[in-house]
Amino acid sequence: MSNENQTPAKKLTLKENYALMTRDLGWETSYQPMDEVFRYLKFEGIKIHDWEKWEDPFRLTMDAYWKYQGEKERKLYAIMDAFQQNNGQFNVTDVRYIQALKVFIQGFSLIEYTSHRGFNIMSRELAGVGPRIAAEMQALDELRHTQTQIHTLSQYNRYFAGMEEFPYMFDRTWYLSIPKSFFEDAVTGGPFEFIVAISFALEYLLTNLVFMPWMSGAAYNGDMATVTFGFSAQSDEARHMTLGLEIVKFLLEQDPANVPLVQKWIDKWFWRGYRVLALVSAMMDYMLPKRVMPWCEAFEIYFEQNGGALFADLARYGIRMPKHYEVAIKEKGRISHELWSIFYQYRDAAGFHPWLPSEEEMDWFSEKYPDTFDKLYRPRYEYWRQLEKEGRPFINSNLPQLCQICQWPMLFSEPDDPTQTCYRETEYKEEKFHFCSDGCKDIFCDEPEKYVNAWLPVHQIYQGNCLLEGVDPTAPGFNPLAEALKYMGIKPGIDGGSLSASADAHNWEAWTGRPHNSHEGMVTEPAAKAA
Amino acid sequence: MNATSSQPVFIALQTNNDTLSLIEAILFDNPQATLEEYPAMVRIVAPGRLVVRRESVEERIGRSFDLREIQLNTISIAGEVDETEDEFTLCWKL
Repeated sequence: MSNENQTPAKKLTLKENYALMTRDLGWETSYQPMDEVFRYLKFEGIKIHDWEKWEDPFRLTMDAYWKYQGEKERKLYAIMDAFQQNNGQFNVTDVRYIQALKVFIQGFSLIEYTSHRGFNIMSRELAGVGPRIAAEMQALDELRHTQTQIHTLSQYNRYFAGMEEFPYMFDRTWYLSIPKSFFEDAVTGGPFEFIVAISFALEYLLTNLVFMPWMSGAAYNGDMATVTFGFSAQSDEARHMTLGLEIVKFLLEQDPANVPLVQKWIDKWFWRGYRVLALVSAMMDYMLPKRVMPWCEAFEIYFEQNGGALFADLARYGIRMPKHYEVAIKEKGRISHELWSIFYQYRDAAGFHPWLPSEEEMDWFSEKYPDTFDKLYRPRYEYWRQLEKEGRPFINSNLPQLCQICQWPMLFSEPDDPTQTCYRETEYKEEKFHFCSDGCKDIFCDEPEKYVNAWLPVHQIYQGNCLLEGVDPTAPGFNPLAEALKYMGIKPGIDGGSLSASADAHNWEAWTGRPHNSHEGMVTEPAAKAA
Repeated sequence: MNATSSQPVFIALQTNNDTLSLIEAILFDNPQATLEEYPAMVRIVAPGRLVVRRESVEERIGRSFDLREIQLNTISIAGEVDETEDEFTLCWKL
């Protein structure tokens, strides 16, 4: 009991408080050897000599975590309430923007959930108390991100197509196997590979591209709900990124033998993450009717400058820029256009409505992409626009070849020749495997057994594995593509297909009195396919 | 404090009522920093080192301030973090 005459105990410093509230929560096990408790720590060849050397950059204790996270949630839900009460879904620029939200809920929200699972594993498997607590907090953050994204976008789902079956689609739809396989690849690695992959290569190097320019663009397009969950999530990312940097430094300082392993993972996961984020390049350049900055500029700021500073810092450990980063730099003027062209061609098989860029947009592209747009992409779009005018719009009804690693169709061009599609292949156990790039091919060749059985949607369709129960492929008039779309959860003409003919476009104009595409005016064609 | 490199560090913050004085304090304490404004957010970039000082923030908001509160409105950071009661520092160590 304290003596009333005594001066009160000195308040603990942040560091002392942190040490008591975290480090003291760990202990050496005595009933079982530590190696049996933490069974995966040696599996990858990483050598840790002293977990106590771990320095926690954010001195965030659990009590403070709950307090601040609770405050973030209260702010977010106050805004979501206001958004819903005020029909905020109709205050965004136009219905093109809403297509980006479909890509978000279909492609991103469930990888947040996979990340939640991954960090739960980390909080179990890492032997150090500091990183375990950081991983535990991150596991909770990732779950919060999934929940708040679903909750926010549920308001849009009441009015627009393409969102209602997102968990079903995530496991089946062709282009969603790209983010899904990425995260499943990470979560099935060992604990150190996972944390380098996600905390460092994805969070530190690449997520700024999603959450800064894209979310700022959401604000610019009037979507106060999305920008709020985006920024609320990103306020957690600052902590996650710092964990990523800390884990890499810790591994590098623990043993020189860790350096080549860490470098290999940085090489692999930079490339894997960069390929997944290609989706964001199209969301930024094409799906924000009002734009903040083009992908190429965001890439310069957040990868070239920011990543450059980071790797200059890591050079002291013998770490260099990720392999093939120079290819990513060469692609920055092309990737969004190459991708959008693919989505346009396969618009009937997409869970959103791609469209051709307007004159105004093409002029903006000419200005922002002076070296590539007019030469390589404008003529293609003008030709496709002409075909649309003639009433015979171009549709690609052949299934594309997919990359065995990133699972994108072969849509990327040769690093040094943007007029040629890049194809790579290798043979393994008398079978041929195909890749979109040297980056993806290198990843396969390093661990072929992990990827030989990848679930590639096109292969699965051809093998007859994408049919709903009861569908008979020998029945007269059997249409394999239509059946595959049903299996993937895409309702033709409702979830995908041309924007101007969509129910979304017609409903938008009826409900708001504003054009579905602010650059093109109201839909003038009779609404033959409208709901 | 170790010597720092001059590679850029940054902090990106939401723009709202809470961050008005925070941004002002950061710019006051880091004369070399530049402010970039985007819709709904700012990015403050500085060569090598950027510090958020509790006292400077408190002077401007007129109440006590726990530096961990900046996490509520932080969108992103670049640089290594060092955090005490009085200062939140981002830097690249040489």
